[in-house]
Amino acid sequence: MMLSSVGPVNRIARSAETHPLTWRLRDDGQAVWLDEYESKDGYSAMKKALKTLAPGEIASQVKDAGLKGRGGAGFPTGVKWGLMPPSDGVTPRYLLCNADEMEPNTWKDRLLMEQMPHLLIEGMIISARALEAQTGYIFLRGEYVDAARNLNHALDEARAKGYIGQNILGTGVNFELYVHTGAGRYICGEETALINSLEGRRANPRSKPPFPAAVGVWGKPTCVNNVETLSNVPAIIGNGVTWFTGIARPGSEDHGTKMMGFSGKVKNPGVWELPFGITAQELFEDYAGGMRDGYTLKAWQPGGAGTGFLLPEHLSAQMYAGGIGKVGTRMGTGLALAVDHTVNMVSLLRNMEEFFARESCGWCTPCRDGLPWSVKLLRALERGEGKDTDIETLLQLVGFLGPGKTFCAHAPGAVEPLGSAIKYFRDEFVAGVAMPAAATPA
Amino acid sequence: MQTDNQALIATSRFTLSPQERTDMENAKSHYPDPRAASIDALKIVQATHGYVPDGAIPAIAEVLGIPAADVEGVATFYSQIFRVPVGRHVVRLCDSMTCYINGHEDVLAAITAKLGIGYGETTADGLFTLLPVCCLGNCDKGSTMMVDDDTHGGLTAEIIPGLLEQYS
Ligand SMILES: Cc1cc2nc3c(=O)[nH]c(=O)nc-3n(C[C@H](O)[C@H](O)[C@H](O)COP(=O)(O)O)c2cc1C
Ligand code: SF4
Ligand code: FES
Repeated sequence: MMLSSVGPVNRIARSAETHPLTWRLRDDGQAVWLDEYESKDGYSAMKKALKTLAPGEIASQVKDAGLKGRGGAGFPTGVKWGLMPPSDGVTPRYLLCNADEMEPNTWKDRLLMEQMPHLLIEGMIISARALEAQTGYIFLRGEYVDAARNLNHALDEARAKGYIGQNILGTGVNFELYVHTGAGRYICGEETALINSLEGRRANPRSKPPFPAAVGVWGKPTCVNNVETLSNVPAIIGNGVTWFTGIARPGSEDHGTKMMGFSGKVKNPGVWELPFGITAQELFEDYAGGMRDGYTLKAWQPGGAGTGFLLPEHLSAQMYAGGIGKVGTRMGTGLALAVDHTVNMVSLLRNMEEFFARESCGWCTPCRDGLPWSVKLLRALERGEGKDTDIETLLQLVGFLGPGKTFCAHAPGAVEPLGSAIKYFRDEFVAGVAMPAAATPA
Repeated sequence: MQTDNQALIATSRFTLSPQERTDMENAKSHYPDPRAASIDALKIVQATHGYVPDGAIPAIAEVLGIPAADVEGVATFYSQIFRVPVGRHVVRLCDSMTCYINGHEDVLAAITAKLGIGYGETTADGLFTLLPVCCLGNCDKGSTMMVDDDTHGGLTAEIIPGLLEQYS
């Protein structure tokens, strides 16, 4: 039995010019294998890159295109690639694909890998050439068994065609690519924890600097990019920088398309490939169909558990980093969540902080001890047994676990939704405070 | 099958099968450093035994050429490596926020009512172990869970008993 990733993305009208990541998807949601992928122009960008472009030329096209990381932090990909030291031709260099996707409400890489495994592989071959990396690993979360099977099958097909291995298509380029499956723990998605995990160690993040570009996996120059980021590379090389910088909506500072979604009690939950700069309103109404009958929108979150809550009035924001930044939080992974009127914010935050507390790697004290403490306070408030100081304590934790106070971005991601929930829905937290003993009616 | 000329690594309580060893050697070949095959090796043992018995730790350490304490450190860090026996079927229920909004706590209650176990527990007949898992990437498909390698969506309290009965 298999629950396929087929969804609304398979049903909307798509074209190669407007939907570079998803136009080849099949209506039935089955994986696009090599023959079909090649009949739809697949691997032509790889051939162009390997046969006609020098590594530096590929890298500068990706930089000029303004591609930004799709893994949540939005760091410019070309800049990240530029941090790699020049190749000496001897020292091994690695390209790692972050396919650990475990953040609550982040569900885009799974569908790309299950349905379009060759696009990621092609993107990795081109990116590895740009980085002069001869070995790549796709770090895939263990639960994604269908993605693992499809990626491995696609790799076999690509290897048989001579696209993976030694002297690819007679160009002298070598690239070996493996699927590495994990064994749980959300923190493996943090890029330096991912490197430790790949090395066969506990997945505690590493201190930076040195950055992975200089000292990465096995101490060698390493680049870590998200599945969706790497899947964008073939179309940039194939269609060119001008095309890529022209497809977003006016007003967007980010270029290209993004896998965006809406879930929760909306009529038509789904993921779609959409141009940066569309408004959250369009995503919510035109794609997700608005709320189901009987439910009203109370709050929403733009991009995964680690982003802040917003109000319905903020739906006018444009979906790109700066657009969501203007209303006070981060675009994150671009997969939005609708919170309906039946959901109590204290209970929802309790659920979320249970996740963050459980998934803390335990390395630094504020995160290891602060998150379980927040869970304890939220549970008390949820039962209506909170103390009147609990809300202030939660706000203090929001400060203690904020950006720059901990070893990695797990703790800041954990408190961003909490701080925003208290900001917009303080009443619901106050309602969880027990009446002081003296004031309790006899 | 064990034959005389096949080198086996034995500890007082545990012997890796030739197949397990071959699979581990194959995993090792993917990496410049054998330590990187730690998780693969643990999963190989888990695939045959259902969990990772104590004796497997030094046996894996020997194959990888690293201290047993390091293997144990990895085995205890990752949530999907089981260091105690689990049921024949492992139920992994997504408890992340979208499934929470879509009613996962009712589903959990229905599983507990049907099987008489909570998170981290195994049924007396050894058939099921229940574990929580982070977002399974099916947030559009209602509350979701995996039973072994099968993913189920659109879960409600009503369909849980029938669904679990398909596994025996
Ligand atoms: C706790 C934590 C979990 C993360 N999980 C993921 C993940 O599952 N997938 C991902 O691509 N990035 C994840 N990231 C972001 C990565 O650290 C990194 O920024 C990203 O892989 C870089 O790729 P990109 O530049 O292509 O986006 C996570 C970060 C943190 C702090
Ligand atoms: S912030 Fe949390 S997850 Fe990140 S290193 Fe510190 S303890 Fe680990
Ligand atoms: S939150 Fe359960 S599948 Fe995403």
